[in-house]
Amino acid sequence: MVHAGKQLMTGLGVILLSAVLAVGCYAMDYPEEIEIDSLVNLYEAVVFDHAMHVDATENCSECHHHTTGTGVANEYCAKCHNGNEEMDLVACVDCHSADPLSPENLHNPTPDFVYHNDQPNLKAAYHLNCIGCHKEVDGPTGCEDCHAKTEAGDKFYHSGEFAPKESAHSSGH
Amino acid sequence: MSKITRRRFLAGSAAGGAALMLTPAQKALAAGSFEGFPEGMGVLVDLTRCVGCRTCEAACNEEQHLPEPSKPFDDFSVFDEIHHGQKRRTTDKAYTIVNRYDVKDTEEPLYRKIQCNHCNEPACLTSCFVNAYKKTPEGAVIYNSKVCVGCRNCMIACPFHIPAYSYHSVLNPVIKKCIFCYDTRLKEGKPPACVESCPQQVMTFGKRKDLMKIAHERIKKNPDTYVNHVYGEKEVGGTGWFYLSNAPFEEAGFDTDLPKKPIIDNVKDFLAIVPMVLTIWPALFTGFHLLATKGKSHGHGDDHSHDEQEGH
Repeated sequence: MVHAGKQLMTGLGVILLSAVLAVGCYAMDYPEEIEIDSLVNLYEAVVFDHAMHVDATENCSECHHHTTGTGVANEYCAKCHNGNEEMDLVACVDCHSADPLSPENLHNPTPDFVYHNDQPNLKAAYHLNCIGCHKEVDGPTGCEDCHAKTEAGDKFYHSGEFAPKESAHSSGH
Repeated sequence: MSKITRRRFLAGSAAGGAALMLTPAQKALAAGSFEGFPEGMGVLVDLTRCVGCRTCEAACNEEQHLPEPSKPFDDFSVFDEIHHGQKRRTTDKAYTIVNRYDVKDTEEPLYRKIQCNHCNEPACLTSCFVNAYKKTPEGAVIYNSKVCVGCRNCMIACPFHIPAYSYHSVLNPVIKKCIFCYDTRLKEGKPPACVESCPQQVMTFGKRKDLMKIAHERIKKNPDTYVNHVYGEKEVGGTGWFYLSNAPFEEAGFDTDLPKKPIIDNVKDFLAIVPMVLTIWPALFTGFHLLATKGKSHGHGDDHSHDEQEGH
């Protein structure tokens, strides 16, 4: 395993710990595993099996839009992007801001002339992409299928050992 | 107790009444033409994205220091709950809740988050006679529970049935509702806790006018996905939180019969003539009475007694 590098995102500190292996299929370097720990206060970090998803999908552009140089799956994107060239920015976090709702970002909104003025934030980019596809291919879609709750998570959701005691309230109210 | 005493309230009403008499025309004009504060914040809620995880409910509970829920927030059996023949609604212990709706012609159920919609011209505000409510320039509809006398007019006035009442509180029952996390977040420019917690970005936070453009762009780019309507753009004069849906809004439990004009418009014509009634009518009808009864006081008395005799 060669340690390829970790990308620290200002604010949320999304770390891409990855091992880059030259795998033949697209003659392209990509991380085998990506550890996503931006919600680590509530959940254990998620280890995303990138290699498995590369094998499972027909085209990188199904997740990476027009950035990987493997064409464009979405016809709408293809109107502007031909997707034949690999771009410098490929990782989700390169375009999907981890914290677009910060007061600073809100007061400096995307200018009107920028077409992509409605990008989901990083957390939503992950979930919309993952759950959206998993629904189609019968992949896991439940929260805890990917996220194991920490103790703080149980406390937040009032679940597990922090679950409300049945006897404390008259049920069936 | 800092609640308003009866004497203070009556004094305030008298002063308010006097002030109203001086400016009836202005008041009447202002209502219905107000389109929200230009820099007011809002939230675009895209129902097509919601997966019903209830994280927003947990975030609200934590942020607002609400009491322990009766079921864990990762317990999805709440979607099957029916209270008094209705799905769950907001309470004094839960300022936001998510409900599930089975929609015709689709396999996927639709989830809908319910909370205060922070109207441009809130009916709760106009119905409140102690002025407990306030629409802030940031876009939140907040209230001062210290002056709330617990009359519950706002609960009846609200077209979305949002304000809840702390019935369990014996000594000081007051109204409770979502305040857009005004105290802890919005006034510092931060999004409310529910918005930040959402994994799917069902809710997008920003200036209402910017979000409205985005809402229409989403419909334009995905005409096959969305119903061609932004619920809350015009309803009851416009709301700070507004909705996109892939199913007809009435199937997701929305009231689609609401007027496009603010609720205050229903009564503003009437309210505008109240000062006139109070000032002119007493003098006018006293005058009529005096004219009509001039020199006839005995005759009137006679007629009256005559009627009475006949009646017996």
